[in-house]
Amino acid sequence: MSTDAEAARSPSAPSWPDIILRTFKRNEVTLVPYVPDRVLTPLIQGLRDDPFFTTFATAREEEAVGILAGAWMGGRRGALLMQTSGFATLPNVLASLVVPCQIPLIMIVSERGTLGEFNLGQSLVCRTMRPVLDALAMEHHTMTRLDELEFTVDRSIKQALATQAPVALILSPLLTGGKVFA
Amino acid sequence: MSAAIPNTKVMNRHDLTCRLVAKLTHEEAVIGGIGNTNFDLWAAGPRPQNFYMLGSMGLACPIALGVALAQPQRRVFALEGDGSLLMQLGCLTTIATLAPDNLVIIVVDNGIYQITGSQPTPAQRADIVAIAAGCGIASCHWAADEADFERLVDLSRDTPGPMLIAAKIDDRPGVGATRRDPVQIRERFMQGLGVRQPL
Repeated sequence: MSTDAEAARSPSAPSWPDIILRTFKRNEVTLVPYVPDRVLTPLIQGLRDDPFFTTFATAREEEAVGILAGAWMGGRRGALLMQTSGFATLPNVLASLVVPCQIPLIMIVSERGTLGEFNLGQSLVCRTMRPVLDALAMEHHTMTRLDELEFTVDRSIKQALATQAPVALILSPLLTGGKVFA
Repeated sequence: MSAAIPNTKVMNRHDLTCRLVAKLTHEEAVIGGIGNTNFDLWAAGPRPQNFYMLGSMGLACPIALGVALAQPQRRVFALEGDGSLLMQLGCLTTIATLAPDNLVIIVVDNGIYQITGSQPTPAQRADIVAIAAGCGIASCHWAADEADFERLVDLSRDTPGPMLIAAKIDDRPGVGATRRDPVQIRERFMQGLGVRQPL
């Protein structure tokens, strides 16, 4: 998507995927399983191209949560990439593994189903996300601005690890441009 | 109980779990799936390298995969029931693709949801070893009897890539009961893996 704000930035300004990738790197977040979203494609590609990261698809988001829980208990940090509908599959594992075991699960959620979504299924699923996060008193931030992204991601990773609590970082279409409709 | 696999003896989960634990002399990690699977792991004796799941049915294999990826020098066992594995069959494809050398999956298969009243699973006509092979796990085996189970556990040490060992078991309930204290279980496991020191 091309916007006035985007056009005003210098061509060399880092993009949102660049910022997330380098913030992961600085915090030694090396294991990044995902269930893809069109919006996440440049981030997934960047992670796959960088040998610092172990990036791979899982069949379900819940499976990736199990992998990251095991990896963290074994001393390796990671983060899960998914879209809104993927998050909607997670309440059981969040409430029965992540929260009670105090696992610092870092979740990056591409927000679908809002700000111009065409699919009613996506938009209804989107409305379940924040109530679930709030029901479990989980930290979450919706990221809309490029100039706040690095601070939010960096501080959220550090807080999750220090307090052994999960965090969801929601990528708004205001940040990413959302899904581009042909 | 599920239909017999030809030439496969129906064994007992607690007995097999004790046979497995007796072979763990190098601080191998074991992830015990929910219900009777981790009750029998608990009853086989305390080990700080055991993680006992309390919920999140089906995630013993993914959790074990995570530990295996974090600590490639340590051997990691997922001990999972057939009903639990059915909840998360897709994880076998991920494990086959990543193919860690240090991961062993042991599936104890009684064909029932034993802890909820022994209702039969939907997999009455399925073969777990064939499923795992179809997912791309190169080394998967039914244990013919107890001695064969022990032989396969020994074989897994020198087999490249992950291995899956399945065993037909009877419907006897688990011998012990896990203490449900998730933070203590998780913390002790991390100490057992050398990630944490006691306070």
